[in-house]
Amino acid sequence: MSLTLEQVRRVAHLARIEISDAEAQSTLGHLNGIFTLIEEMQAVDTQGIEPMAHAQDLAQRLRADAVTEQNRRDAFQAVAPETEAGLYLVPKVIE
Amino acid sequence: MITRSLSSLAQALAAKEISSVELTQLYLDRIARLNPSVNAYITVDAEKSLAQAQAADALRAAGQAGPLTGIPLAQKDIFCAKGWLTTCGSKMLGNFVSPYDATVIERFNAAGSVILGKTNMDEFAMGSSNETSYFGSVKNPWDNARVPGGSSGGSAAAVAALLAPAATGTDTGGSIRQPAALCNLTGLKPTYGVVSRYGMIAFASSLDQGGPMARSAEDCALLLNTMAGFDERDSTSLDRPAEDYGRDLEKPLAGLKIGLPKEFFGEGCTPEVMALVEAAIAEYRKLGAETVEVSLPNMKLSVPAYYVIAPAEASSNLSRFDGVRYGYRAPEYADLSDMYSKSRAQGFGAEVKRRILIGTYVLSHGYYDAYYLQAQRIRRLIANDFVEAFKQCDVIMGPTSPSTAFKLGERAADPVQMYLSDIYTIAVNLAGLPGMSVPCGFAGGLPAGLQLIGDYFSEAKLLNVAHRYQQVTDWHLQHPAGLV
Amino acid sequence: MKQWEVVIGIETHVQLSTQSKIFSGSSTAFGAEPNVQANAVDIALPGVLPVLNKGAVDCAIRFGLAVEAEVAPKSVFARKNYFYPDLPKGYQISQYELPVVVGGKVNITLGQGDTATEKTINLTRAHLEEDAGKSLHEDFHGKTGIDLNRAGTPLLEIVTEPDMRSSAEAVAYAKALHALVRWIGICDGNMQEGSFRCDANVSVRPLGQKEFGTRREIKNLNSFRFMQQAIDYEVQWQIATIEDGGRIEQATVLFDPDTGETRAMRSKEDAHDYRYFPDPDLLPLIIDRDWVERTRSAMPELPAAKKQRFMADYNLSAYDATTLTSSLEIADYYEAAVAVAGNAAAKPCANWVMVDLAARLNKDGKELADSPVSAAQLGGLVARIADNTISNNIAKKVFEALWNGEGRSADEIIEKQGLKQITDTGAIEALIDGVLAANEAMVAEFRAGKEKAFNALVGQAMKATKGKANPQQVNELLRKKLG
Repeated sequence: MSLTLEQVRRVAHLARIEISDAEAQSTLGHLNGIFTLIEEMQAVDTQGIEPMAHAQDLAQRLRADAVTEQNRRDAFQAVAPETEAGLYLVPKVIE
Repeated sequence: MITRSLSSLAQALAAKEISSVELTQLYLDRIARLNPSVNAYITVDAEKSLAQAQAADALRAAGQAGPLTGIPLAQKDIFCAKGWLTTCGSKMLGNFVSPYDATVIERFNAAGSVILGKTNMDEFAMGSSNETSYFGSVKNPWDNARVPGGSSGGSAAAVAALLAPAATGTDTGGSIRQPAALCNLTGLKPTYGVVSRYGMIAFASSLDQGGPMARSAEDCALLLNTMAGFDERDSTSLDRPAEDYGRDLEKPLAGLKIGLPKEFFGEGCTPEVMALVEAAIAEYRKLGAETVEVSLPNMKLSVPAYYVIAPAEASSNLSRFDGVRYGYRAPEYADLSDMYSKSRAQGFGAEVKRRILIGTYVLSHGYYDAYYLQAQRIRRLIANDFVEAFKQCDVIMGPTSPSTAFKLGERAADPVQMYLSDIYTIAVNLAGLPGMSVPCGFAGGLPAGLQLIGDYFSEAKLLNVAHRYQQVTDWHLQHPAGLV
Repeated sequence: MKQWEVVIGIETHVQLSTQSKIFSGSSTAFGAEPNVQANAVDIALPGVLPVLNKGAVDCAIRFGLAVEAEVAPKSVFARKNYFYPDLPKGYQISQYELPVVVGGKVNITLGQGDTATEKTINLTRAHLEEDAGKSLHEDFHGKTGIDLNRAGTPLLEIVTEPDMRSSAEAVAYAKALHALVRWIGICDGNMQEGSFRCDANVSVRPLGQKEFGTRREIKNLNSFRFMQQAIDYEVQWQIATIEDGGRIEQATVLFDPDTGETRAMRSKEDAHDYRYFPDPDLLPLIIDRDWVERTRSAMPELPAAKKQRFMADYNLSAYDATTLTSSLEIADYYEAAVAVAGNAAAKPCANWVMVDLAARLNKDGKELADSPVSAAQLGGLVARIADNTISNNIAKKVFEALWNGEGRSADEIIEKQGLKQITDTGAIEALIDGVLAANEAMVAEFRAGKEKAFNALVGQAMKATKGKANPQQVNELLRKKLG
């Protein structure tokens, strides 16, 4: 299969990456090349094979319910693009 | 001094032959002189490094020195280090001074070692040539028209150019082993979960693993002893008793069973590299090892499976870079959505964007089963292949990279060609196994690497197998001309 | 006129009462300065990783047991991907294909007294997830401020089947669930602070039609009253829309309490493609039988069982038993009072808790937890009524004295204030003689046939005893003397 320009644009929007028409076009070419490689998987019969999401078959470890953190707001916000009154500022959100 | 092994540097420091401040300064001077042409480091901060060196000397004077105290090391710029610019090779983090330490950095700091600088890398570790770095490509010290490999290309070049005695790297699909092979280093990717990922900026969480890059297996063991260990802040960190990874270095190899997967020895590898790998295997036979043919029938699927799983995880891992709390924010935008789209379009490079788009696509509605789940099932098949193979052998060997270092720009335009550079290394990450690359000779003046793959938690054995080889060969002791 | 049937399913976000967040060691306390309870993990610095809080899992198990659901031996955390400024990672860690709690049911009671009916609301699932931060839309030069203190607070999202058929049922379910999560101690239930938030999926269909209508989801209902209003408005809007020839489009809507109307939201993620996949940073959550059984043995008696027991052991009516098991606090209070007053006084204890105490608390705007009169004190008071030490009227006085802290127990107050009922016939007769002598006119009226005068004489006699005489005894003796 091969992707369409429309799909590339839609995926770019989902990923919140602005993409120009020229970029979409060249990206389409690259992605189609990569998907040709990926398509090799499709021929393999994997029925009954348990998908492997982790490199180890282990159980999640649990943390005791205790507060272990202190306020480090100033240090964290020192690298923020825009803050005011302890808040991170972003363009107006409309609900 | 600059060609010495870590243990020999430790001895020199212990014998007061040199202080940590002097040793650090020695390297800082070399970096100042040579880095502009190699571009191995993104950030060097002499003041910080020397302060650490001074503290290390004080520690030694107080009689509290350990094996790495006072030793300067290059840290891949993927590890967050408090107070250090931590860019991950990206414009997105071009202004990110980390407010915290990665566990690996914390462990090195606790051991008294010195951060010599943060090394260049492919952007967000996505690349096999170090050409995707926002901070420029890195030159291979063996031939500066060629790539050092990637993504830990800066670390590899720094050690190869004698701009650091050793370095850290991370390996998601071969990013320690391949640059080690291309720069004549010994590099180890541990079993998934042995080295904490906390503070190591995520590329593909289920594949990423940090590890050492050094001049010998012995040095790798020393570094791994500090890097490895259970970390309660990483849910995938393994809670196992601490081990001395150098404990078996000297064990004789008589009776060692080496598995040679036929899929590693077919087409795909250049004849020069193959000849060197075969010569290395012959050397092992001389050391008393036996070889047995094994098969990894699904190995050819590792590249396609990897290029679904890694981008899928990456697309999600990189969503946090949105210009809200840290990192790059576009200077102009119309509204919130536009701020996201422009910040991410301008902050990420082409390869990173490409992989985000692939990952977003394979996870999206209607494609998840066909791509993502299928890739995970194939991942299981590949892991099972290794389980079968290790019933017949103790260690698997083959080439690390199908070729020696390629020319800068040669593969940059063709992502698929670039992705195939990792054909021999990717399966190891999918299975979560430990793997190494060991220098095994030169072709046309360029180094090649022998890959060793072990069963889960067999790091000590891999280091032993590599070390015995390095006792009878001197490939790993070669340095690029004109740098010593 | 066509008959319409309303179909409602409810999703509730229950904030779990843990000390720390679900994936980090930050505090979950409400009301802190912006972003001071947002650590490296909560603000999603590069490289940070989540580690699951055992306390949150404990809460999920407790809930699963309380609603007789299956506690999944293996559940999986997944990432729900979308961009929003109060979602720092660009994804929410939630559970998707394999939730921690599967199935379950909540029983609701509709109406009161003899006409009350019961209904079972089936649950689809309940899963663990993290809360998002808050967007503050006050004016920061036309910008929005982001506070991530709430980001990472553990939530249990409880999802029902589309089993409810009216706003009354929906509210009854929400109230029952609210009482239950507080009962089992997994949520403080504070709706103002957002600890218990409901989304209602509402659709209508012609009565008798099998297929569901298109639903609209009313988000973030944080009071029972708003829930009722919002659903009622939404239902009449949907019916009116369809009857006017329109179609219902699937949408997310918000309720505006000022106008009493619902309105469609500007969509969060236009395409709603969340790209769920298992979170590679978290391994499967494994809950073994042993953990479930340990939790079960530490569970409090549940409301339904307690209600049955109250009816059996204390001879209470269904209504009384329901009221006294409407929260664990009230049930515990009641039982503690009965323990002191004795089982024989169980019914008067019920009345005192439900009527007198409730009214007094209400008057001062106090919660039961803050009652100045403890259960033991109230039980002691009821015991003195039961053994005729004091009358009901005096008891009200003693109760008020206890409320005002005038003594440590009913006995102490009765003793100190000399309120003990006078039962000595000789003493009462002497008092009555005095009353008769002082009120000859009334005596004459009574003898002339005015029954009212008798009551006035009883009143005088009681007044003379400062209310401490047994009114019945006074009555009898007075009649004897006049007779």
